[in-house]
Amino acid sequence: MSVMVVRKKAMRKWEKLPGRNTFCCDGRIMMARQKGIFYLTLFLILGTCALFFAFECRYLAVQLSPAIPVFAVVLFLFAMAMLLRTSFSDPGVIPRALPDEAAFIEMEIEATNGTVPQGQRPPPRIKNFQINNQIVKLKYCYTCKIFRPPRASHCSICDNCVERFDHHCPWVGNCVGKRNYRYFYLFILSLSLLTIYIFTFNIVYVALKSLKIGFLNTLKETPGTYLSPPHGAYLPFRPLCPVVGLTGFHTFLVALNQTTNEDIKGAWTGKNRVQNPYSHGNIVKNCCEVLCGPLPPSVLDRRGILQQEESSAQGDSSTRGPSTQEPGALEKSSTQEPGAAQVLSAQAVGSTREGSSSPTRQSAVPMLPLSPTGMPEETQPSAVELPAQTRDDGPTEH
Amino acid sequence: MASEAHDLQELRRSASLATKVFVQRDYSDGTLCQFQTKFPLELDSRLERQLFEETVKTLNGFYAEAEKIGGSSYLEGCLACATAYFIFLCMETHYEKVLKKIAKYIQEQNEQVYAPRGLLLTDPVERGMRVIEISIYEDRCSSRSTSSSSSGGGGGR
Repeated sequence: MSVMVVRKKAMRKWEKLPGRNTFCCDGRIMMARQKGIFYLTLFLILGTCALFFAFECRYLAVQLSPAIPVFAVVLFLFAMAMLLRTSFSDPGVIPRALPDEAAFIEMEIEATNGTVPQGQRPPPRIKNFQINNQIVKLKYCYTCKIFRPPRASHCSICDNCVERFDHHCPWVGNCVGKRNYRYFYLFILSLSLLTIYIFTFNIVYVALKSLKIGFLNTLKETPGTYLSPPHGAYLPFRPLCPVVGLTGFHTFLVALNQTTNEDIKGAWTGKNRVQNPYSHGNIVKNCCEVLCGPLPPSVLDRRGILQQEESSAQGDSSTRGPSTQEPGALEKSSTQEPGAAQVLSAQAVGSTREGSSSPTRQSAVPMLPLSPTGMPEETQPSAVELPAQTRDDGPTEH
Repeated sequence: MASEAHDLQELRRSASLATKVFVQRDYSDGTLCQFQTKFPLELDSRLERQLFEETVKTLNGFYAEAEKIGGSSYLEGCLACATAYFIFLCMETHYEKVLKKIAKYIQEQNEQVYAPRGLLLTDPVERGMRVIEISIYEDRCSSRSTSSSSSGGGGGR
């Protein structure tokens, strides 16, 4: 006699995470929703390198040294690894407040501000902290229902608060924040080196070959160089200036321990002589902290098993009580959750704690229409380009 | 370890949740993960101040250790960079190791200090490192339960 047991696959937390991210490989990969430009980045890098390896490398390896393609391969692999790491990892998303916590904060705010009469605007939700003799204001995020930590910002594209928010980069298809800034920096650095390397050896190749067969014949033979003359720009040269410029810009930011977001808003310059309280005052120390500092793990727990709330109306004795998250512990304790139990009353609601319906964004007024167009690397603003708007949560107006 | 987790589950089942208190982050040291040691008034009748402060200070110490910038963290960072971060497939970061220590410490504190007082600490990592959540339970099984009306609610909460 066979018993049919329909085993329902346990739901993982990433399936219920609010925000506008896409997840792949069962929650292991996390990206923004729009990935078109990321694919373009991949295509450009792979295409340029493929042409280089296919044509110039073979000639140069024989004529000059086999170390040339070897080093190019190493650089290429490193750049790709850094790109994928930047694109696929959690930038430092701060999970939204659970209902209890949000209510607690609301109560605190009301206690501080008092009840506001009808028709009047409530005062802005701001907390002040003193960091290194600077007053730093923490703003309240209406979407995530938290007071944002210093240097955090809400990304309007991904609809998440991100720690140490730098910018949303459409070229890597993800936000750049605390957890993946160093990968992003190493990516643009290695890409700059790779581009310069390819560009230099392309010139060497053209020069060497031209000596033998003439310049025009050289152009005819290699598509990589052939593509350049009509546009007046050498194929690898096109991305060179913007990428190198961007690397220079981020080197400057790293040396000062600033983020793109702070730089664009002029947080630490200009009026009031406000200084950056996070800088150590020493370039080497700043670089070490930003690039080699400790790496906090993701707090999103994308792959944790979501606790299914079983219907308690039937007096089900196995109710788990207050649904606290215990991803690590209960994932393994199958005594709590036999597979069959999941079949019976696995409410698709899953955990109500997660705030599964993404809360409506209450702040209607975007604070500053800042749209840093992502990167200085775009020489021409393209229509495809998504403005990397950091929504500053205009609650100061409310 | 499994039996102790089971005991805490028993606590949850036999008691009803009265309220939750959230200990917020303290940003006076910058973006380092530190929690405020200010004693929440809701715990006044349940817990001694110095126990609470000791817990929070120990946690703060752990987090400071995790985020310490020094020779070993630089070495780890440079080694990781040299291997294109593939080394983290094989080994844990220092931060992750400290987080495990923190989880163990919180478990111990719950068993020894908080559960006997009808309280439960939640690991901040489960709340996005924003708050330390302390759940306050009314024990409806015990004869000492103060408000029988609140404990009338069935099941879980």
